[in-house]
Amino acid sequence: MQPMLIWPDPAPHDLVRVLDVAGIAWQAISDEAGARSGLFSGAVVSADEDPEAGFAMARLLRRGDLNVAPLLLLVRGSQLAELEGRHDAFDDFCVVPAHPSELEARIKHLLASESGLDLPPEVVQYESLELNLETYQASIEAKPLDLTYMEYELLKFLASNPGRVFTREILLSRVWGYEYYGGARTVDVHIRRLRAKLGEEQAGLIQTVRSVGYKFGESRWGA
Amino acid sequence: MDNQQDYVLRTVEERSVRLIRLWFTDVLGKLKSVAISPVELDAAFEEGVQFDGSAIDGFSRVQESDVLALPDPNSFQLMPGRDDEITARVFCDIANLDGSPFEGDPRQVLRRNLAAASDAGFQFMCAPEVEFFYLASADPAVTPQPLDDASYFDHTTLDENSDLRRSTIRRLEATGIPVEYAFHEDAPSQHEIDLRYTDALAMSDNIMTLRTIVREVAMETGVHATFMPKPMEGVQGSGMHTHLSLWSADQNAFYDPDAEDGLSGTARAFVAGVLTHAGEFTAVTNQLVNSYKRLVAGYEAPVNIAWAHNDRTALVRIPVPKRNKESQGTRIEYRALDSACNPYLAYSVILAAGLKGIRDGYELGPESLGRLGDESERTSTDDKLLPANLSVALDRMEDSELVREALGEHIFEWFLRNKRAEWGDYRTHVSSFELRRYLSSW
Repeated sequence: MQPMLIWPDPAPHDLVRVLDVAGIAWQAISDEAGARSGLFSGAVVSADEDPEAGFAMARLLRRGDLNVAPLLLLVRGSQLAELEGRHDAFDDFCVVPAHPSELEARIKHLLASESGLDLPPEVVQYESLELNLETYQASIEAKPLDLTYMEYELLKFLASNPGRVFTREILLSRVWGYEYYGGARTVDVHIRRLRAKLGEEQAGLIQTVRSVGYKFGESRWGA
Repeated sequence: MDNQQDYVLRTVEERSVRLIRLWFTDVLGKLKSVAISPVELDAAFEEGVQFDGSAIDGFSRVQESDVLALPDPNSFQLMPGRDDEITARVFCDIANLDGSPFEGDPRQVLRRNLAAASDAGFQFMCAPEVEFFYLASADPAVTPQPLDDASYFDHTTLDENSDLRRSTIRRLEATGIPVEYAFHEDAPSQHEIDLRYTDALAMSDNIMTLRTIVREVAMETGVHATFMPKPMEGVQGSGMHTHLSLWSADQNAFYDPDAEDGLSGTARAFVAGVLTHAGEFTAVTNQLVNSYKRLVAGYEAPVNIAWAHNDRTALVRIPVPKRNKESQGTRIEYRALDSACNPYLAYSVILAAGLKGIRDGYELGPESLGRLGDESERTSTDDKLLPANLSVALDRMEDSELVREALGEHIFEWFLRNKRAEWGDYRTHVSSFELRRYLSSW
């Protein structure tokens, strides 16, 4: 069996003890190059010390060309709100500090489920809008939308969470990631571009929620 | 390979893109294009596409003429509405063979100036109002022929003009270029398209794309669209007024709720910088002999180097933001730019001047009140006036350390040489004005 990928390097002591007791092979990595250095049966990303770097690493590992799965995310209880809108970045999470037997049970369960617990959906659909996550193609009424990469990522995020209101800051951190410092204006610019491409009929799918942010779907006339 | 490249390669495959156009801009602001087949794209991302730049304006160097075009995956865009064959464009940065930025590439020049802004904690946002004319023909031998006699905001029903504008806007929006307003301008057959603000680099790409789309759509019906600054005597010329603002994190750095007019100290220093150096960089924002026939009094074009809240003949205007949207909408409008400028270089010099104003704490003088721009007062040496012609503008540019630094030595020298030659050709040209006026009576 391939080793599990552990981030960061050096690996957290509590985690190492659990893995070693359970006899699970592991390899700690510190960056993308490390993640590319081998094949892994899954990953445990410990985001409790440095959540920004941790979420960034989880995102990186889930990218199409790396796709390290399944992925367990370790967070503190105070970070649970940070999971919102990030569900595609991990398969399961565990609040630390955790009882060693809980951590072991979760890791074993994760590895036993061949491709992770929450398989990310391959298609996101909302009314006549469809996004194929496998091929990166978006279409509306079966007509393809010619999106740039960031427009596609933004639409994917919004369409995966219909009816929810997101602030610009949340969108920036979830869609662009913490590594991006363009500022919240960038969100407005991309929203406007997306609306332009959705066309007059469908531009209303993305609604501005005054002095809060944006919301996808659910007609403004509805509940 | 990064995610964006992956996205682009996958899209090319899924949508059966037949041709990818690598776009870049020469020093004079002309769009250049190299087409590659999809199978080459992967390698283009990894290694760039090598080509001989010696024939491209401003790219030529004495020793080494080969450069690399590096596609910017962020700008990858399918181009809708072009026949049935699906093509895509991607803007490129030009690099030397060793991978360092090529100093003759306007896009790299703007990147460098934006990096300086970013180091100072600012993001630079631009929203241009692009004006142009639809003409019956591009033949220089015939007098420019407008398609209508309409005027400012006129609603022209069901005519060729409004059809053209509508399909142009549809294509712009489908290409990800949001249009804020579009309307008939003051002069016959003159139109204006106002773009929604975005950062200066994306906006410069958008302007290059807009010029192409406007021309292409017009050409499909046999109409010629021109961005020439002053194609017709006696009516307004085509400007590219641009609304500018600096953003610091998520805050509009130009807005101060405690200031009487909402204008922050940063904004005032920026305007002071722009006004102080405007005469030095006008050759860049108004680069043609013809540009200076637009910059005359009486046609809503700026002549005096001044700022004002309401006077549309001032060089810098402070538009009134929408009520309760002051924190978003506070901005300044620079009004000298014309539609024939190289946007990458023009935004570079304006930004550099504004940043210098902020860095060195320039004081903004009093607002000008009342209408400005009495042509009779204009003398070429008066530094309160914009240069009266290209030759004067080049003289003032040549003495400017600020412009030299903003453009970089390579482009600075090349631009002066090229434009001096243009002026030389013009100076020795015998015009129809002279023939009409002198031939029979002298």
